[in-house]
Amino acid sequence: MEITAIYYLLPALIMFCCGVYGFITRKNMIAMLVSLELMLNAVDINFVVFNRYLYPEQTEGMFFTLFAIAIAAAETALAIAIIINIFRAVRNIDVRSLNEMKF
Amino acid sequence: MDITLPLLILAIPLFMFLLLGLLGMKMSHKLAGTLGCLGMGTVLVLSYYTAFVYYFSGAPEFINAAGERLQYIVFDQSWLTLYKPLEIRLGFLLDPISAMMLIVIPTISFMVHLYSMGYMRDHHGVYEHGFQRFYAFLSLFSFSMLGLVVATNIFQMYIFWELVGASSYLLIGFYYTRPSAVSASKKAFIVTRFADLGFLIGILILSFYTKTFNFIEFTSVPVEGLANVSQVDLGTAEGIRNIFNTSAAPLFMGGSVLTWALVLIFMGGMGKSAMLPLHIWLPDAMEGPTPVSALIHAATMVVAGVYLVARLFPLYLMETTSLEIITVVGAITALYAAMVACTQIDIKRVLAFSTISQIAFMMVSLGVARPEFHEGLGYMASMFHLFTHAMFKALLFLGAGALIHAIGSNDYTAMHGLRKHMPITHWTFLIGCLAIAGIIPFSGFFSKDEILSSCLGYNWVAYVWMSFVAFLTAFYMFRLYYLIFWWKEHKTPEGHHAPHDQPWTMSFPLVFLAAVSCVAGFIPFGNFVSWNGHPYDFMAHFDWNVATVSLIVAVLGIGLATAMYRKENSLPEKFRQAVPALWTWCYHRFYWDELYQFITHKIIFGSICRPLAWFDRHIIDGTMDSFATVTNKASEAIKPLQSGQIQMYVWYYLIGALALGTITVICLI
Amino acid sequence: MESVGSIILYFIVALSMIVFSVMAVTTRKILRAATYLLFTLFAGAVVYFMLDYEFLGAVQIAVYAGGIVVLFVFAILLTSRPGDNSERLTSKSRVLGAVAAIATLVITGYALISRVSVALAPKPEMQAPDMQQLGSTLMGTGDGQYLLPFEAVSVLLLACIIGGVVVARKR
Repeated sequence: MEITAIYYLLPALIMFCCGVYGFITRKNMIAMLVSLELMLNAVDINFVVFNRYLYPEQTEGMFFTLFAIAIAAAETALAIAIIINIFRAVRNIDVRSLNEMKF
Repeated sequence: MDITLPLLILAIPLFMFLLLGLLGMKMSHKLAGTLGCLGMGTVLVLSYYTAFVYYFSGAPEFINAAGERLQYIVFDQSWLTLYKPLEIRLGFLLDPISAMMLIVIPTISFMVHLYSMGYMRDHHGVYEHGFQRFYAFLSLFSFSMLGLVVATNIFQMYIFWELVGASSYLLIGFYYTRPSAVSASKKAFIVTRFADLGFLIGILILSFYTKTFNFIEFTSVPVEGLANVSQVDLGTAEGIRNIFNTSAAPLFMGGSVLTWALVLIFMGGMGKSAMLPLHIWLPDAMEGPTPVSALIHAATMVVAGVYLVARLFPLYLMETTSLEIITVVGAITALYAAMVACTQIDIKRVLAFSTISQIAFMMVSLGVARPEFHEGLGYMASMFHLFTHAMFKALLFLGAGALIHAIGSNDYTAMHGLRKHMPITHWTFLIGCLAIAGIIPFSGFFSKDEILSSCLGYNWVAYVWMSFVAFLTAFYMFRLYYLIFWWKEHKTPEGHHAPHDQPWTMSFPLVFLAAVSCVAGFIPFGNFVSWNGHPYDFMAHFDWNVATVSLIVAVLGIGLATAMYRKENSLPEKFRQAVPALWTWCYHRFYWDELYQFITHKIIFGSICRPLAWFDRHIIDGTMDSFATVTNKASEAIKPLQSGQIQMYVWYYLIGALALGTITVICLI
Repeated sequence: MESVGSIILYFIVALSMIVFSVMAVTTRKILRAATYLLFTLFAGAVVYFMLDYEFLGAVQIAVYAGGIVVLFVFAILLTSRPGDNSERLTSKSRVLGAVAAIATLVITGYALISRVSVALAPKPEMQAPDMQQLGSTLMGTGDGQYLLPFEAVSVLLLACIIGGVVVARKR
């Protein structure tokens, strides 16, 4: 049995759809952030798979993933800082309580 | 000539205005008043010196070899350049009439400053509220008036003209807690503003055709000097006409556009000088403090219109139609005001109408002045009368102020028989009355006599008309005099002090002005002021017949007043019964105020403003409101989209992305 | 033709990836969601190893599993009490979310499958990039080298550190 690109792409796609589902249904901000990470990771896998299967002699997809991971780390750190700040202000992290511009 | 002194003449009052206006409340009343008087005193000295230098130094820039007085620009600073030939300048022009005004204005102004030190406090010596403000406004007025008379161009004159109007407004409304004072100040401002609209349009038309604002170019073209013009037939005074003909002034409604421009400019003068039909503000302006009436509404500001016409006199000479209009307006105003003055019972109103009448005299005098009649005697007579009138009318007003201060009322039915109680006021007031009535040797006799002479030179109708007005003048002034000082013995109401003369700050101006009124007639005025700068030998044109007649007329007027009012009797009542209609019309000032009331309220407000207001409220506002309503509704409709719920935004984004993805998949695959 | 071991490994990885990601978004305990995310990320790392990108796999484990998930756990512990379940989802929102997810799946999957040449491309032979090559690509300034993005990311991280401190500090 030959493991072709689709074998990696389909689980990544399902993972991405799980991220979408979670992002629009969960109300807890950290859960939303988890969904976001799922989506990001699915996309990372796509980059790597295309790089590996279509252009094996190049490294663009891999480096893109590398940078994406770095930026995801930064983004998560900042997002969590914001969430903690919000928690301090409104004592919960329900995204529905964030409908005002300032507290 | 050094520019420092002229600059100081303008700068000191302005500085005093700023100082007293900004810091006055921090000063004691006495300090503020003293400062105001000191500032004005300095200006007085500087102006006298400047005028002295101009008239007597004989320097070649002031007087040429032929003995003609020249116009001299001390400085002229460009202030606003519209395009190159047309720019607005601020400067200082010395010529015979501005030098004369440099004597008149500071003199009266200083006297009023001094007088107010005594007047603006009650019998216990407590200063009135706003005393410092009063002095600040007086300084502002002096600054504006001086700037007006020394203007080098008509636009500068217009600027200061408006400043004068504004300070007049402030001073009339000085007692701003009194509704009548507030409405009087508004009335004065609106009426003069309305007139100034005409003035501004006139300036614009005139400068459009002449391409200049400068008086010196208006008045001293051709280059040879004004003197030559009188020798040429006026219809072909090519030199001056050239500047008009370069753009060939078109006709408009049967008159040359330049005639219209000059008449419109005269309209500005009519407003300031209270000529019929724009006179209605002046009697009401007496709501201001009496020293203000003396300064602004008798001696200086109200003659600005006369000064304006005199300033542009060479232009008016070229359009004699406009001079005839001036004559007619002046003559009607003179008679009207004199008739009204005969019936009023408020002492200041009598003086106000007398002022209107006397200014109308000056206007008529300018209107009848022609080089071919007595070599333009009318011009010189008008300026002479302006000078003497300023002195004796200020005297009369200050005297009236002293009476009002002593009695506490404007109504002279409350006065009567005061001659024993207030001798200084009595004698100075009598001198003022004799001067205005035209009794030799007081100053009014000379100036009025010259005006009548020039009227006779114009035509006999004008002469008879103005002589009749002179008769009325003598009559109503002495009616006023007798009713105040004679009629019956004064009865002091219970609990009041007997009226008495005032402190020296109030008496000194009276005595000084009375002295000037006694001797000013002997000034050889023609040597200083004449319409073309040429010394004018007034004795050569003195008409003894006219002088005799006018003296007789004045004596007749005084005699009639004496007969009717010296002792309490029933003659005035009989006279009133004899001509009830005439008396009522005069007493109600020929219903001019009611006419204005009718025109403004019924016609303008009712038939123009109200439909406009309806249109404004329903059509224009309605359109705007509907814009707002539509915007509001639309905003309300789409507001839920911006709920602040992040997951809703995710939904919008996702739906959009899915739609785009679907399109891509369908189209590309 | 792959070895049987790698095929078995693949299926384990693919299955765990799908199952754990589904569980991560459906569990009601937030700490468990983070744990399932961790497993999913491990599965992703294994995918990178299987595709011969060992360095990427190591980064995935170090940064994602070691850094981000730990951050998540800290944040969760800071913001929720023990035994705190997130609210039960309404069936309406669950259905809507499922519809959106399935729509995404269908559209993207259709696009994927319709490109048969891509989807069924065989795995070509590849020389796995060694560390020296990776290092010089990251630090070089030439064509296809990434010094500028590298520096930009370093500045971004610095800004992120400062921003995190500023945003989260007690006022």
